[in-house]
Amino acid sequence: MSTAHEGAIVATEAPRAVQATGAVAGYRPERTLRLSVELRRQFKRRRTIGVLALMVALPLILIAALQLGGSEDAQANSRINLVDVATAGGLNFTLFVLFATTSFFLVVVYALFFGDTVAAEAQWGSLRYTLATPVPRARLLRQKWYAALLLSVGALLTLVLTALVAGSTAFGFAPIQTPIGVTLGQADGLLRLAGMVGYLAVHLLVVGTLAFWFSTVTDAPLAAVGGAVFTVFVFAILDQVEQLGSIRDFFPTAYEFAWTDLLQTPVDSGDLFRGVVQSLLYAAVFTALAFRHFARRDVTS
Amino acid sequence: MTRRPRPGARPTPAALIVLLLTGVLLAAAPPAPAAAAADVATEEAMVPSGSGADAVELDTTVYVPASATADAPAPAVVLAHGFGGSKDSVAADARDLAGRGYVVLTYSARGFGRSTGQIGLDDPRFEVADLSTLLDRLAARDDVLLDAPGDPRVGVAGASYGGALALLAAGHDPRVDAIAPQITWNSLTAALFPSQVGAADEPTVAATPQGDGGVYKRLWSGLFFGVGSAPSGGLLDGLGGGDGAAAAPGGAPASLPVDPTSVDPQQAEQLLTCGRFRADVCAAYQAAAASGTLTPEVAAVLDRSSPAAVLDRIHAPTLLVQGTQDSLFGLGQADANARGIAANGTPVEVVWYAGGHDAQASERTTERLRDQVAGWFDRYLRGEGTDPGTGFEFPAPTGLTGGLGTAQSSVQGGTPTVVAPAYPGLAGAAPAERRSIAVDGSVQPVVTPAGGTPAAITVVPGLGSLGSALPGTSVEIPGQFAAFASDPLDAAVEVVGAPTVDLAVASSSGSATLFAKLYDVGPDGQQTLPSGLVAPLSLTGLSADPTAPTRVSVTLPAIVHRFEAGHTMRVVVSSTDQAFALPAQSAVYSVALAGGDGAALSVPEVAARAQDTGGTSRWWVLLGALAALGLLGWGAAVLEGRRRRRRVSAVEPDGEDVPLRFTGVTKAYKDGFVAVRDLSFEVRRGQVLGLLGPNGAGKTTSLRMLMGLIRPTSGRITVFGHEVRPGAPVLSRLGSFVEGTGLQPHLSGRDNLRLYWAATGRPAEDAHLEEALEVAGLGAAIDRPVRRYSQGMRQRVAIAQAMLGLPDLLVLDEPTNGLDPPQIHAMREVLRSYAATGRTVIVSSHLLAEIEQTCSHVVVMAKGQKIAQGTVEEIVGTGGAVSVGLADDADADRAAAVLQGLPGVTVERTDEGLVAELDGTPRARALQALVAAGIEVDAFTPRRRLEDAFLALVGEG
Repeated sequence: MSTAHEGAIVATEAPRAVQATGAVAGYRPERTLRLSVELRRQFKRRRTIGVLALMVALPLILIAALQLGGSEDAQANSRINLVDVATAGGLNFTLFVLFATTSFFLVVVYALFFGDTVAAEAQWGSLRYTLATPVPRARLLRQKWYAALLLSVGALLTLVLTALVAGSTAFGFAPIQTPIGVTLGQADGLLRLAGMVGYLAVHLLVVGTLAFWFSTVTDAPLAAVGGAVFTVFVFAILDQVEQLGSIRDFFPTAYEFAWTDLLQTPVDSGDLFRGVVQSLLYAAVFTALAFRHFARRDVTS
Repeated sequence: MTRRPRPGARPTPAALIVLLLTGVLLAAAPPAPAAAAADVATEEAMVPSGSGADAVELDTTVYVPASATADAPAPAVVLAHGFGGSKDSVAADARDLAGRGYVVLTYSARGFGRSTGQIGLDDPRFEVADLSTLLDRLAARDDVLLDAPGDPRVGVAGASYGGALALLAAGHDPRVDAIAPQITWNSLTAALFPSQVGAADEPTVAATPQGDGGVYKRLWSGLFFGVGSAPSGGLLDGLGGGDGAAAAPGGAPASLPVDPTSVDPQQAEQLLTCGRFRADVCAAYQAAAASGTLTPEVAAVLDRSSPAAVLDRIHAPTLLVQGTQDSLFGLGQADANARGIAANGTPVEVVWYAGGHDAQASERTTERLRDQVAGWFDRYLRGEGTDPGTGFEFPAPTGLTGGLGTAQSSVQGGTPTVVAPAYPGLAGAAPAERRSIAVDGSVQPVVTPAGGTPAAITVVPGLGSLGSALPGTSVEIPGQFAAFASDPLDAAVEVVGAPTVDLAVASSSGSATLFAKLYDVGPDGQQTLPSGLVAPLSLTGLSADPTAPTRVSVTLPAIVHRFEAGHTMRVVVSSTDQAFALPAQSAVYSVALAGGDGAALSVPEVAARAQDTGGTSRWWVLLGALAALGLLGWGAAVLEGRRRRRRVSAVEPDGEDVPLRFTGVTKAYKDGFVAVRDLSFEVRRGQVLGLLGPNGAGKTTSLRMLMGLIRPTSGRITVFGHEVRPGAPVLSRLGSFVEGTGLQPHLSGRDNLRLYWAATGRPAEDAHLEEALEVAGLGAAIDRPVRRYSQGMRQRVAIAQAMLGLPDLLVLDEPTNGLDPPQIHAMREVLRSYAATGRTVIVSSHLLAEIEQTCSHVVVMAKGQKIAQGTVEEIVGTGGAVSVGLADDADADRAAAVLQGLPGVTVERTDEGLVAELDGTPRARALQALVAAGIEVDAFTPRRRLEDAFLALVGEG
């Protein structure tokens, strides 16, 4: 900090042109925190790269495990289970990966991307500078929401595509064998797989938006992510309580495995439809709560 | 939601609309929930029934809805429980029906629960007569609708044992107006001694030969009898209660212990072996179980309990519900009931559901069946609702086997229901369509082992198909079966009903006991037995010559199953099955297809359409709704954005000269803490304003309010004449560094600055990044991750970030914390020269010296309030007074004289020494005068009047 630099600042005379809104020339609210910028910010984080790397690694680990273990002991299983037919082909392997990750792994990924987004900024203290830029609060949340969605869906797609490619390399690109012996051709199988991924992407929004809401309430990312995951697990446990009867159909976790209906022939879309509508409803409620809370909140972090 | 930019739009209304619309969609999707079972009163009573030795007391409960009164009597429903149950087993159903406005009577049948008496297996003389007694009681109630005096408007429903009672009651008592029997039998003889020999002569889909003298269904019968024979209430109760008359009313146990001498040994034996069964029923069971054959005595008992005999007298509209997972009372039993009742012209609807005695139905299915039973009664007891018609519903055929641990647990919600306009072959409906599937296979010998073991295992009563429990395992014993397979199917075949096939069988003894079944074999060879069902065949009069076998028509079990394309159908005829009584003698049969190669398996199919799923159209509706919402939200956002742009807030005319103005600003928190109270001050262009105050004075809160992070409780803050709100565009003229650097630790200093600027969306050339980097002065360290920076380095990067874009108003909170003295000095220079360009700087600090050396103006705060305001000179007082410390106090008078000699200077003596008011005289000149006078000056410091006041104020707290 020598006096030599001060000359540069002095040379730039103030004041400059301002807009009628009071904003400095060149400032436009709709250009603040563009999605590409937010994604760039996220991709500079090791967490993002780490999750995506995990998405690539998990199918590879599962393939190794399946090839190592053999299948002799896998028969004594009373449930119709996708693990029994996991090695029938790449598509089957992908289904198995989805089945294995639906109730925990993907839940954590969605909760992480959505729950970390605002709370992490609050924790670093960068939230106040972004808001004072100013990025309008609703816009900030919206951009964060989109970025989290893109990252989550991206992670899901990474997982599925890796599983598909690696699985097909290891086990061949065979038609889908369902556990009950029904065979679905490759084209049909890919179409149904796309439907499953689409359903999961929508259904997991429930946990994502819940984490997002928590993220606007707390300044600790761990609390937001953990809170959402914890809530989902509580509902998963309550789901085991038969006495609750049909109340359980209204749980956020209800229909989390409805995508397996796409394996049926003919496809029964009843649960899928209800699952999609219910998920969107929950997601809308949680998102609205997040926006409502954030718009009124005093940012003290 | 749209991805289009929505400047400052409020998303909540759009989200609310999403909520409302999806709510409507969701409400439309599932069936309407059952009416709440509110306001249902219950009345318990022990009702005497029968006479003489068969007089019993029945334990009853009447559920009366609030809507049923003497003025508005309601129709009644009697719910009968299943075998081994009691009135409590149907309490949930009763509450549900009562909630729908029916007076519901539940009771424990004689021999069950707290009712007295012995089980007569739905004997018309006892159980059916009991029901008539209960109808009398219902007729006597003033809240029950009457068709005629003594004839209540009443429906009867029940499952299994209760279902047969409903059928028998409708046959025996004409007062019954509608019935809904579930999973029950047509002929108990045919159910327990089945033999599915003979082709389906009837046009219905599940027509199954109800011939008698079949193969004894050993496991199921044992289970069935075992439930009733366990002496209820404990053995001693039974013995005590058997002593003479019936048990004491209310089922109170007789006094214990029982005197052994008073017990009749014969009676004790009967109690132990027969439990609560009537002696004749018990004797029939024992005869059957011992011999495994149907004697006329046994047949008489079973036929008496079979609705088959009274079907022609049933005129009450009948809803027949039967399960596809039922190895006890198969679909054929309901088929026979449907045919018999429909022959009278009575309306009959047939519903098959995924469940039965082998597998519990899913909750959703149970709920649906409840709705259907209630709908049936609504129609035929109240005349409400649409005509349910005489349709036919069944679960959509799938390739799943069902039974224990079915896909229903992993594939949620079970299978959808499909609906056909009519039950094929019933009441003038077109007969079942049948398709021929070619099967072939050579003549094969089949061995029956002596004693019947080892035996094939297909069915476990109550659990259903073992094949589905252990996928891939098929417990067929080699040598004991003949198999005939079709070619792999070109297209999927959905079998709904009972397939038939013709066999050619020869037996050296002339008779044979065989079990026919239809396997679904996948391309990988894995075979599954749909629903785990088996058709037992009891054959007599067979040819002994294998070259000239006897032709036998066989009706295979009625199933609902989809054989996928590529799968094969495999007819297996085996000699053993552990669920049935088997001949003790070993034998060898020869089994072949009657038509030789190319013989046909005839499978029934039903054209039906899926129900409830609504096809793809609702997906389009959903997509359309979402798209409409998105458009709506986007439109609203655009309008809102325009409105905001037009609404330029009232700008104060002197805005450009007053970069910041606080007017009566107060911030009070919910807990009552007031951080800032009525704060007013203004900052003019080019000033470096110091905000001075101790920790907790409200400095940072004020700065946060001016950044739009915190809303003031009252008052107004304007920046360049524009009022500050969260996200106010005028904030773009502000650069800030408040409490913490806000740098992302994983990024380098340079990346932090770049990304920060990128987030503002302003042109890159406006950033003046290089100038800012020079302010930071980090050199090469600027490209290292921030997490490795020292506190001072972070501080400087954060200040550089605040100065990005050269904001017209720069706000720095404690900027010199963590800086070393040379850096502090350089920072002061930077700030002063920054203000010199016509920009404005606000610095907060709790150090008076800091403010003094950096700022031109100062606002002093304590406890949320402004204490003083002015130029630094005014506040700090450097222009006014000096205090003079002398080496020798004796010089004081001389020094005072010298100073007073200077123009305008006044001198005051205090405890700490001399204080001189210079009034414009330079300090240097005053000092020079003292030195020239030869006075030794020890200290000569500017006197800070305010510091005392400030410290005093701060010290108060």
